[in-house]
Amino acid sequence: MKKAVLLTISIICMSAQLLFAQITEKPGFGKFAITNATIHTVTNGTIEGGIVLIDDHAVSMVGENARIPNDYEIIDASGKHVYPGFIDANTRLGLEEVASVSLTQDYAEVGDFNPHMNAFTAVNPNSVSIPVSRVNGITNVVSIPSSGVIAGKATLIDLWGYTPDDMAVQQSAGLHIEWPNAMKGGSWDDRSDEEVQKQYEENLKELNDFWKQAEFYNEMMREYELAPEGRSQPDKNIKMEAMREVVTGDVPVIISVNREKNIKNALEWVSGKERINAIFAGVSEGWRVADELADAEIPVIASSLYTITRNYDNYQRPYQNAGQMAEAGVKVMISTGGGVENVRNVGFHAGYAATYGMGKEEALKAVTINPAEVFGVDDQLGSIEEGKKANLFIADGDPFEPMTQIKHVFINGYKIPMTSRHDQLYEEFLDRDAVVNE
Amino acid sequence: MNFKPNILSQKMNRRDSNFLKTIKSVVSLFGLMIAFMVSQPDWVAAQETGSVLIENGTVITIAGENLANTDVLVEDGIITEIGENLDVPRGVDRIDATDKFVMPGIIDAHSHLNGVDVNEATAPATPQVTMKESIDPNNVSIYAALAGGITSINLMHGSANVIGGRNATLKLRYGQDQQGLIFEDAPQTVKFALGENPMRVHGEGSGIHPSTRMGVEMVIREYFDAAIDYRRNRTEYLDAREEYNQAGEGTPPIPVAKNLRLEVIADIIDGNILVHCHSYRADEILMLTRIFDDYGVENYTFQHANEAFKVAPELAEQGAHASVFADWWAYKFEVYYSTAYNASILNENGVVVSINSDDDELIRHLNHEAAKTIRYGNTSENDALRMITLNPAIQLGIDEYVGSIEEGKHADITIWNGHPLSVYSVNEKTIIDGVVYFDRENDADDMRLDRAVSATENYKDTQSRAYQHSDGRDADACMQDVFILFDSHENRQAFHQEFHNHTK
Repeated sequence: MKKAVLLTISIICMSAQLLFAQITEKPGFGKFAITNATIHTVTNGTIEGGIVLIDDHAVSMVGENARIPNDYEIIDASGKHVYPGFIDANTRLGLEEVASVSLTQDYAEVGDFNPHMNAFTAVNPNSVSIPVSRVNGITNVVSIPSSGVIAGKATLIDLWGYTPDDMAVQQSAGLHIEWPNAMKGGSWDDRSDEEVQKQYEENLKELNDFWKQAEFYNEMMREYELAPEGRSQPDKNIKMEAMREVVTGDVPVIISVNREKNIKNALEWVSGKERINAIFAGVSEGWRVADELADAEIPVIASSLYTITRNYDNYQRPYQNAGQMAEAGVKVMISTGGGVENVRNVGFHAGYAATYGMGKEEALKAVTINPAEVFGVDDQLGSIEEGKKANLFIADGDPFEPMTQIKHVFINGYKIPMTSRHDQLYEEFLDRDAVVNE
Repeated sequence: MNFKPNILSQKMNRRDSNFLKTIKSVVSLFGLMIAFMVSQPDWVAAQETGSVLIENGTVITIAGENLANTDVLVEDGIITEIGENLDVPRGVDRIDATDKFVMPGIIDAHSHLNGVDVNEATAPATPQVTMKESIDPNNVSIYAALAGGITSINLMHGSANVIGGRNATLKLRYGQDQQGLIFEDAPQTVKFALGENPMRVHGEGSGIHPSTRMGVEMVIREYFDAAIDYRRNRTEYLDAREEYNQAGEGTPPIPVAKNLRLEVIADIIDGNILVHCHSYRADEILMLTRIFDDYGVENYTFQHANEAFKVAPELAEQGAHASVFADWWAYKFEVYYSTAYNASILNENGVVVSINSDDDELIRHLNHEAAKTIRYGNTSENDALRMITLNPAIQLGIDEYVGSIEEGKHADITIWNGHPLSVYSVNEKTIIDGVVYFDRENDADDMRLDRAVSATENYKDTQSRAYQHSDGRDADACMQDVFILFDSHENRQAFHQEFHNHTK
């Protein structure tokens, strides 16, 4: 009897715990068949009335017709569209919670040269902005630290997972360099042109010295590692260690640079490096130097698609920026630009680029396969292909349209619950009971 | 003297023309000249108007059904006829709108687009100042906003003060002077602000009330009480003085000095000035509704109001309006518990809701911001468009003139090459009072008005402005000009460098 009571109590407790502990439902995992869909594969055209099979973490089949085994959960996507998950390559997602509360900001360490800081370490898998982003079809982001000149290393993550290790697709995705500004910062900047130039040269020298030091350190360490016998072991330097994979070109540098003069300076700097693997981010005036960027084969993350940089420019210039660079032959990625809360809007930025000259197809690549290729994960992400990770979403229309709704999202094969703070507040408050206190 | 005979004789609208006739019949030329010298009559600033027939478009009236293959006739700046195959009166230009969408001009109920200064952040209550004295008519951002289909804005004072300055409702007549941008018949509105901003500026910044939301309430109540007492005392004094002057004997009354600040607050309580209140949290929103209930203030609008959805039934019952962002949130703690479904929830609950920009960049695509209410909450297409046209017009008290395409309303109209809610549609023409102010076909690379005089200066200005809104985090354009007051030069540099880092 006693035992039965205890058992009953424990069952009640357990179900209560389940009820209250679980803020969102758990994701589905296993075998899914998406049927009757318009599949936008990105790399192999569009399939009408197609089928996508998902088996554990991967897409196991894409095609027009197939017999679906009994053990697959069927998702009828008639009238709907399947796209590879969008990738925003320039965000702070997971590194910042509330923009005005400094203790919730983990993207900026003290100091100007911090190559040993890793965004991967500080990504908060439970950031409220992560579900808000992913229910809108954003399955992957690059989270980039920013401060000083070298802020640390970016990380490319899935927007689903309980730990950073679960989420990391490319743990060390690139070293972020904030390019030294050779122009005045704004109307508040009361330095003379000579002072601005002098400051720039000093900043550039600091960067060059640091880089040379890192190259020297790498050579020294490599020589020792190749033939340690009879030599004394050099002391380790944690910053220089972090630079080794960068100066060898194994890990890219993401150089944030926007204005024409600064872009030209950065181009010159990169061209003087033998083994550098450079990506430019921001590039709001990239259209002014599109041919040079194309010649240098530097991919860009266009991050300022709405913002006019010079007020005498025609209002469409920022919207046309991505398209003009793509037309010149630059590999273009489109990003919301270093934010957290509205990474969900990256598709609308791409839509704007599409409208103003880039075209839908190129704009779609700019948020899918292009970032996957540039960050070396196109074997896993960026298109709907057999063998790739099942990172994709189902929409009731064109996802570049703000009015389109995203119906299902898959990340790493998980069928993601379509819930976030924004949806939860909607559910709770749409038909709110008025509490009357007589 | 601003007398411009060409404008008066050729391009006045009808109301002004009748007014002129009346004046002519009752006063002599000499009297008219005196009138000019003493006070400038409204109609001196009469605006250029145009006549045009917009042919064969899909007309999104907002007020009713969409009308296919329909003409809109505009005469002297007023929509005079809507129908099929209308006759073109002599001398009226035609615009072919075949396969195009014709909709009312977009109205942004919250903007700082071309304010010279934004915040008089020196006291918790400054309604004596007005944005009408702070309009930059040459700002090229006006042109970029026109390109996005905006015809009217609420040029707002900032949110540093609990009772801020008075706002200016503008028509974006780019190329006109300061006076020419003012929406002549719009009622006066005033900015209020609750929550973090006034708490930071006055409580943290100067060690005075308010440093809490409790303090915010009492600042308003204290000033309201003072304004009521002031108006009573001032009226009693003026009456007594009048009596004394007429009697010509006895003891003169003790003067009650004129107080502009309290004059404006008394006008707010009397219902002559509409309140637009910066606010975020549900508790502070309810707080203001209680105050306004106590003092009998009606017809007011909550600005931003990220948590208005939590008290939507209460707002509907009060008849209070809300002007909100489509999806901005998390840029500060008081907007952490937000939802992009805010507008939809308010709309479902019967609150008059508008979507605003508070931003020189967002203002260029408010049509897409409106479209997000369909993604978030299945708002109907017409209601979505209503949130950037008729609803903001209601909130600014100008809905009898603008906000929909109806006969008798001002011809503030935009023409799109596709449905205006689509990301692929582009605005081709923006028309105000029947005059085309933006035409994509004749759109030069450099549309500055003052390009010849201050190219370098403007370039710098834009640089600093650009930093403030490239990724949404600096939603408090409302706080422009504020921290500079408290900071050293070094801090100021650091502050701007911070923007720079945020947005580069």
